[in-house]
Amino acid sequence: MLEKKMLTKRFGIVNPLSIKDYIDNGGYISLRKALTMEKITIIDEIENSKLRGRGGAGFPVHIKMLSLAKEVSDVKYLVNNADEGEPGNFKDRALLENDPHLTIEGMIISAYASGATKGYIYIRGEYNRAISIMKWAVDQARDMGYLGENILDSGFDFDIEVRTGAGAYVVGEEFALLESIEGKAGRTRVKPPFPTERGLFGKPTLINNVETFCNLPFIIEMSGKSFAKIGTPSSTGTKLISLSGNINNPGVYEVPFGVTLRDVIDTLGGGVPESRKLKMVQLGGACGPIIPEFMLDLKIDYDRFEDFESKTGAGAIIVMDDRHNLFEVLLRIVEFFGHESCGKCTPCREGHIQLEYLVKKFLYNESTPKDLFSLESLARVMHQTSLCGLGQSSPISLISTLGYFRDEYHNRIEFAGKE
Amino acid sequence: MQLREILGKYPKTEDYLIEILLDYQKTKIHHYLSEEELKEIAEHLNISESKVSSVMTFYTLFSMKPKGQYVIQICHDVPCYVNDQNSILKTLTNLLNIQVGETTEDKMFTLEYTSCLGACDKAPAMRIGEKTFTALTPNKVKAILAEYRGKKHA
Repeated sequence: MLEKKMLTKRFGIVNPLSIKDYIDNGGYISLRKALTMEKITIIDEIENSKLRGRGGAGFPVHIKMLSLAKEVSDVKYLVNNADEGEPGNFKDRALLENDPHLTIEGMIISAYASGATKGYIYIRGEYNRAISIMKWAVDQARDMGYLGENILDSGFDFDIEVRTGAGAYVVGEEFALLESIEGKAGRTRVKPPFPTERGLFGKPTLINNVETFCNLPFIIEMSGKSFAKIGTPSSTGTKLISLSGNINNPGVYEVPFGVTLRDVIDTLGGGVPESRKLKMVQLGGACGPIIPEFMLDLKIDYDRFEDFESKTGAGAIIVMDDRHNLFEVLLRIVEFFGHESCGKCTPCREGHIQLEYLVKKFLYNESTPKDLFSLESLARVMHQTSLCGLGQSSPISLISTLGYFRDEYHNRIEFAGKE
Repeated sequence: MQLREILGKYPKTEDYLIEILLDYQKTKIHHYLSEEELKEIAEHLNISESKVSSVMTFYTLFSMKPKGQYVIQICHDVPCYVNDQNSILKTLTNLLNIQVGETTEDKMFTLEYTSCLGACDKAPAMRIGEKTFTALTPNKVKAILAEYRGKKHA
């Protein structure tokens, strides 16, 4: 069995609008258990589980929780980042729409262990259905005593509010997201201080992705050590994969870490339609590397992916067949990031304008060796000097193709002006 | 719904600005907020108009110019692009006789690009208002537009 359904095990089985369905299928049992545990024991279990953040950066979850727990403040916030805007990702939408209480349960456990007093679920404005389902689910949870004052007679108070985005990719970045919850334009802040020190409304704040929170009830249920047995030593548990592009069976698949890209694309995805040839695969979303077919035996694993100066990302796999022009795809990506740049820092704001100009020269067969040099150095400068994750990760796709598809650049230069 | 009614639904703090703007804009047939309305919201929250304006212009879902009754947003990110989003765009521009960013003369439709709708497994995708349409083909787009045009005369 290639798939391992844990976070997705209730998909299609429970009615997402019914908290009763969730409870009848084992929901909120982990919360009850957690409320009887010492707070530090919960964080220890999460450390034992070796759970890493599922939003893209892969940071160890217990470290952030511990930082928040150590802060002394009358108010501490918990934020669930459901601003899933990275093109090619739709697994958080699936989690929110199919099993809304799972991420809520994870938030409550997290809040209890790290002493958060209020939580926010920030959902992008384009996800209308997920927004209404989550608002409904939060109200139900409050009615049943899982949220609000004195949760399940434990003496612990915690409530959640659903907030809506209004169309800005950069708000998925944690500080930009906090600015947005505060009712401002979503422009990032300079760090440090990190959100666990000074976050939302200047208070200590812990931010995790939807999928990260969804893992917590399972860790409490089975113990951190058992959880750590799933996957690989460096990447434990499962990963939700958003599989799209030129593929026979696109969709969300939950697999243990350690399966290969080829397993997912060929076995679960059924390969490329109409017996065409797979040309390239983009990993993680628009900000991820583009790799050729021969690399598909790569395992889905945080450490393996770091070889690309990249991260696992949030688990998107976008398959492209041999009808597609590399530079057309790169132009889409560069235009996307140029549009989404918030404009605060120079490398990102100005860099995207120049990247677009240079990629167009390659696309339209007008490129010179000097353009290749400019493109390469500009992409690296943006990667190294941009203020936030957007500008740092936006050139990754391009940089990866300068390695794996370098011949295509040289061919374009050679045929420049000779159509 | 009146603006005052919507303002009354939320706590009178600045962090609800985006929620208020979204909520109110939804009630407007042409999906935009006027300068007067912006001013009223600013006064209510006791913040400057420029602050409200900076938020309005930062987020793509807000508009300060009137749009068509139905805003058609077509995704043009890579998963949709590799699934022949081009033919969908062509069908839309031909049928509506406008380019992306324009509004039809009868003020019925505005055509825009949107960022990823998270429907990549059913690409290509577009949204009309709050409704997402997926697995589009040129014929499907024709049928959808005909249905929306029919609504006008109904």
